[in-house]
Amino acid sequence: MPIKPKTHDKEMKKHKAAAGEAWILRLYVAGQTSNSLTAFENLKKICEEHLGCQYTIEVIDLQKNPQLAKDHQIIAVPTLIRKLPTPVKKIIGNLSNTEKVLVGLDLRKVT
Amino acid sequence: MKKNRAITIAGTADFEKSPSGIKGFDDITGGGIPKGRPSLVSGGPGCGKTLFAMEFIVRGITDYGEPGVFIAFEEKIDDLKKNFKSMGFDLEDLVHRKKLVLDHIAIDRTEIEETGEYDLEGLFIRLGSMIDEVGAKRVAIDTLEALFSGFMNEAILRSELRRLFLWLKDRGVTAVVTGERGDRTITKYGLEEYVADCVITLDHRLMNQIATRRLRIVKYRGSIHGTDEYPFLISSDGISVLPITSLSLTHQASDERISTGIPRLDTMLGGKGFYRGSSILVSGQAGTGKTSIAATFIDATCKRNEKCLFFIFEESESQLLRNMKSIGINLEPWIKSGLLKVHAVRPTAYSLEMHLSLMLNLIGEFKPRVVAVDPISNLYPIGDDIQVRSMLMRLIDFAKSLQITGLFTNLSNDVNYGAYAFEPTEMHVSSLMDAWLILKNVEGNGERNRAFSIIKARGMGHSNQLREFVLSDKGIQLLDVYKGSEGVFFGSSRMAQESAEIDDQLHKNEDIKRKKRELESKRRLMENQITVLKEQFSRDEEEMQILIGQDISREKSAEKTKKEIATQRQVDR
Repeated sequence: MPIKPKTHDKEMKKHKAAAGEAWILRLYVAGQTSNSLTAFENLKKICEEHLGCQYTIEVIDLQKNPQLAKDHQIIAVPTLIRKLPTPVKKIIGNLSNTEKVLVGLDLRKVT
Repeated sequence: MKKNRAITIAGTADFEKSPSGIKGFDDITGGGIPKGRPSLVSGGPGCGKTLFAMEFIVRGITDYGEPGVFIAFEEKIDDLKKNFKSMGFDLEDLVHRKKLVLDHIAIDRTEIEETGEYDLEGLFIRLGSMIDEVGAKRVAIDTLEALFSGFMNEAILRSELRRLFLWLKDRGVTAVVTGERGDRTITKYGLEEYVADCVITLDHRLMNQIATRRLRIVKYRGSIHGTDEYPFLISSDGISVLPITSLSLTHQASDERISTGIPRLDTMLGGKGFYRGSSILVSGQAGTGKTSIAATFIDATCKRNEKCLFFIFEESESQLLRNMKSIGINLEPWIKSGLLKVHAVRPTAYSLEMHLSLMLNLIGEFKPRVVAVDPISNLYPIGDDIQVRSMLMRLIDFAKSLQITGLFTNLSNDVNYGAYAFEPTEMHVSSLMDAWLILKNVEGNGERNRAFSIIKARGMGHSNQLREFVLSDKGIQLLDVYKGSEGVFFGSSRMAQESAEIDDQLHKNEDIKRKKRELESKRRLMENQITVLKEQFSRDEEEMQILIGQDISREKSAEKTKKEIATQRQVDR
């Protein structure tokens, strides 16, 4: 059941992502492991808090689409890829370290 | 799959091996690497790890019908295809035929942020899908340690690596994983910990500015394997591992004899020359005619319509031809007709092992009946005694296994003349040889001459006599030396001695003739005297007869006169 590609289309909340900018995020997982579930939950939370308005999360289960691992150069799971806005960013892990996720997604400058 | 032979080593549980298809490697491991398990190949940069892994995959496909997967962390697929094209591996075609999958895993530290727990399931899925794609039996991962530069969390990485090796084993694929050599460890990140079965190290080291590659099997659980460091070569058709010592001495010995091209030398060697398939060492000082002996032997071989391969380390081909012409040996027609191949190269052009491989390859291609090397002493600058000896041993054994006769010249530095003192290196090499001919400079009377003798000739009666070795425009001649109370004479002293002897002989002949003449004249004198005496006698006889006649007639007339007187006197009686 749980992980389904979801589209959120809410109004912008707190943070700085430029208004009107569409975010496309891809989360690669391998089956429903605890890491996958945690990552998805974390991602949802971060998106809601920081992106607010337009973002798309695609969840790709590599077990169902093994070919995509090769095509998209995925080794570690979970892997999060920011397709848009460019440049493409790559983050791995279950996204539990929010600070790092924000840095990785260019939502916060390294302090 | 039909060629997929599995070798079971006696004394262990059924232990299947997967032949690598790499020349010589399967010999030293008794059949290849463990089937269905991962093996580790480690080495420094440029030591041939990638080639080893790739050759294992490609040979698996072409020789053993086992499809394969090659994962490259360091090289892009296009580069791989390009690089291996020069080795004659057409990766493009194998991929096209669905026998091979190539994958490049790019890891760029700078673009990866780690934000919590993760695993490398993506890699497993990726690998699994590729294995399924072609039904791969072999997998190569080059260089797995690149992962360490891509991921920060070593704990995760290590547990994932352990899982990867177990996973490979579970999948039942025969895998080669390459790793970077560490400072004190076999691999930089201790990959050897995870590989229980087979660990191989490759090494590339410089010695006297010449690089030699070596391979060693550090560990091979449950199997007998060679423990030496084996030199190996990377040539145009991949890796060849050369056993450092020959594996066995099982070649067939021939009874056939072949002429040396020098009639007198044939006579010295029991009248028939060398054994076919034997090895011959010709050693001597500079300028004693070693090359000439080799060239004469080659000439004789070609005259028998047999192919001959001549490796020369000192001269160019044209220089050799010119020089040999000066002693009446014309090798040019043999080269033109394809019976003779001259391979001229400086010894320092390659490493010793590269020379050996080139020689073996050339011998394999050209299939000569005779191989000559001139001179082996030129190999010493690029290897020590043991290395040169080992190289020659392998060359000789290879030649012998093919019944090829080998002639090797060796330059010795020995300046003592008269006494035959050998150098240690020569002693080393000579034990490999079946026949040993030696040439010496002999100085004396303001000139230098060459002496020749046979030190040994296994399996045949041979002359123990010293001969004078003479080079002329008619080739090589072996002459008797003059042996007298004053020692052994060579060259002009021999000639002087010889002419003195001739003089002597002439004198003696004269003497006899003179005496005969004297006798003759004495006889004639005697006969003359006899004639004179006879004549004298006959003259005397005649005179005497006359006198006798006169006497008789005088007697008669006296008688008559007496009677007449008596009658006159009228004697009455």
